[in-house]
Amino acid sequence: MSQPAQDGGAPSTNGKAPGAKAGLAPGPASSPAHSAPPPRALPGSGEINRHVLVAIVLNRPGVLNRVASLMRARNFNIESLSVSHTDQPDVSRMTITLRGDDVAVEQVSKQLYRLIDVLKVQDFASEPTVEHELALIKVRATDANRAEIVKVAELYRARLVDITEGSVIVEAAGSESEIDAIVALLRSYGIKELVRTGTVVMARGSASIEEAIKR
Amino acid sequence: MTITKGQPGQPSAAQDPAPARHGHVPNDGTAGAAAIEKARIAMLRDTKPLKRSRIGADVVCEALLRQGVDVFFGYPGGVVLPLYDVLGDYPELRHVLVRHEQGGAHAADGYARVTGRVGVCLGTSGPGATNLVTGIGTALLDSIPMVAITGNVPGALIGKDAFQEIDINGITLPMTKHNYLVRDADELPRVFAEAFHIARTGRPGPVHIDITKDALQQETSAQHPTEAEVIAGLPGFRPNFEGHPRQLKLAAAEIAKSKRPIILAGHGVLHAEAWADLLEFAEKTSIPVAWTLLGIGAMPEDHPLAYGFVGMHGWKHVNRAIQSADLLIAIGMRFDDRVTGNVRTFAPYARIVHVDIDPAEIGKNVAVEVPIVGDAGRVLRALTPLVEPTPLATRAEYLDELAAWKTESEASSWHGSGAWREGVLTADFVTERIGALTDHRATYVADVGQNQMWLARYTGFRLPNSHVSSGGLGTMGFALPAAMGAALGRPDRETWAIVGDGGLQMTSQELMTLVQDRIPVKIALFDNKKLGMIRQWQEIIYAGNYHSAHLLGPDFAKLADAYGIPAFRARTPDEVDPAIEAAQAVDGPALIWFEIAETQNIFPMMPPGKGLTDLIEKWDGPEE
Repeated sequence: MSQPAQDGGAPSTNGKAPGAKAGLAPGPASSPAHSAPPPRALPGSGEINRHVLVAIVLNRPGVLNRVASLMRARNFNIESLSVSHTDQPDVSRMTITLRGDDVAVEQVSKQLYRLIDVLKVQDFASEPTVEHELALIKVRATDANRAEIVKVAELYRARLVDITEGSVIVEAAGSESEIDAIVALLRSYGIKELVRTGTVVMARGSASIEEAIKR
Repeated sequence: MTITKGQPGQPSAAQDPAPARHGHVPNDGTAGAAAIEKARIAMLRDTKPLKRSRIGADVVCEALLRQGVDVFFGYPGGVVLPLYDVLGDYPELRHVLVRHEQGGAHAADGYARVTGRVGVCLGTSGPGATNLVTGIGTALLDSIPMVAITGNVPGALIGKDAFQEIDINGITLPMTKHNYLVRDADELPRVFAEAFHIARTGRPGPVHIDITKDALQQETSAQHPTEAEVIAGLPGFRPNFEGHPRQLKLAAAEIAKSKRPIILAGHGVLHAEAWADLLEFAEKTSIPVAWTLLGIGAMPEDHPLAYGFVGMHGWKHVNRAIQSADLLIAIGMRFDDRVTGNVRTFAPYARIVHVDIDPAEIGKNVAVEVPIVGDAGRVLRALTPLVEPTPLATRAEYLDELAAWKTESEASSWHGSGAWREGVLTADFVTERIGALTDHRATYVADVGQNQMWLARYTGFRLPNSHVSSGGLGTMGFALPAAMGAALGRPDRETWAIVGDGGLQMTSQELMTLVQDRIPVKIALFDNKKLGMIRQWQEIIYAGNYHSAHLLGPDFAKLADAYGIPAFRARTPDEVDPAIEAAQAVDGPALIWFEIAETQNIFPMMPPGKGLTDLIEKWDGPEE
């Protein structure tokens, strides 16, 4: 992405292009191909990073569909999407994690703003935040290894919320990478079922995205 | 949520009860079941309320009248019959019965393009609604203010796959600016007021309102909101109209230091009704003006600073000027691929000032140096005082060079070379004659393909909103129905539909609408017995593999005659002027059958994926 593409960008020299008709005009457009200008930069740095967007939306029928449809139609790939109420009954909050370069993610925000039901969009990539998700992990357990699983859970400040003869459910909360880590550890015992809520995020400090919505 | 029933008539039922049947149907005797049953009966019998009181359908008519709608285009069907039942009570509201809902949507689109007002179309549920979809998509891609209304099955039957039920709300969701499903007549006043506000405010676009049949029939006393109440109820819709002062200063500084500036005017100039502001700005700064396909008409083409039409089939001199410019002032346009070609090679020497009302268009396709988010008119009015007056003489060297390029490019084009003089009827000649004989003061509606490009290049546009063309979606079959709406929107202008034999055969059913509703559209049929643009691409890009490019057509004179439309025919250049004059003399619709050269190509042509300097100007077969 970051290097100039050799995709036929140089002016044609097949004799049909006006640029090849030398001597017609002194303007830079008639410069021969070997002194062609560098290709115009495409929008964006091309550096792919993880971004967490928060969208404050009106709680109207179909708003989730609108957001999801837009992301699909505009070719943006969502990693996780979490929707919930806020303290205001008519307002919902969506947390969208996705990967892309700065301009692509800015495009996501701008396209989201075009939706009538979207009140505010913010990219939390560069702000100090609290970022959490919750996972429920149903792990195969026997009398022999149950204590071991409890230890792993304790290590990650997770807890067991259901214990049966053949399995336990571990409830873990933390950042995406912390959840990844505990899931990786538990995998050796055999994961029967896994559910993750997707990341939710809140800025540290007194600033509030809900207070900043555009009405 | 479970119904258990035995099977009467089968002796074994008593001992061996049938397994419980599970359905998404409420239990008998519940309110939900009663509602569904009532809705079913209503659908079957099409019951009409006995006494006449204000119902949802009345609210729809009132709302249209409050929004200044004088004509709309529709087609009835089961679930919108309550609306047709009351339409007679609103004689100020003209309903044009189209022959296909797609025609209705395009007509609303054409009406909107020439008037700047919101066009309205109507269809029933199911197929009526899906037939509107192409027209709604056309309006979305070209940012046309439109309200499309559909009926839906009664609320209780939604989701039950009832007769003519389709999830049209789900279908139009990604192709409208906003859409609504209304199941309660009390919501109709608010929804209609919001829909019109959204459709015309900021970057315009289509809004779809789906109304259940029972909502149309429901009695209501809900009052229409004021515009202020509408705005207060849409906290998420606050378009930014004024350009940021800091950005305006930056733009003025770019203009001051530029030696080879060029303005690229788009549809946004017309949407903002900013043609006078554009002219004032261009004249003060002596900057030449090029335009995109949908920017045609933003600048009178006979103005000394008017330079021409840019892009894939634009003028060579215009593309050349873009490629050599050091500053591009792009106003109300979105750097479509038909304009830029390969963006890597687009305007390689230019810094770009980009004015658009939609922030999402800034930096979407092309990185720009000075973005200005705002209404084209307001930005131009704010920018003009910030720039120093520059007389033409100051730019003499630059403007002379551009003028020389223009002379050379016009003379070397197929048109300029005068191929038609050999007695061959070519489309460029016909287009030019239509422009001349209408004094460049008609409304010209293009279909899609070669005819669209000929029209864009050779008509010679003088007036804003006189050019109607499906630029974004490229909808074949657009011209005839759109011309219908355009003619009703601007009855003071002659309306010409320029359409190929392929496009006319897509929506020719609307010929009857022209007759029934006495809509005086003049149809210029360019018949080359081909899908011309397909044939051209197959010749040049697909090594002459002409699959499905040859197209049989009917005897178009007989076709027109069958509809009761006078038809004229021209096969040679000499017959062109008399045919146009004869069509103009008809009081009502008329058709001219121009049997044009079968293999004429439109040049120059920028092959897909190439840049503006890679134009093909003539074709003598592939190179070895």
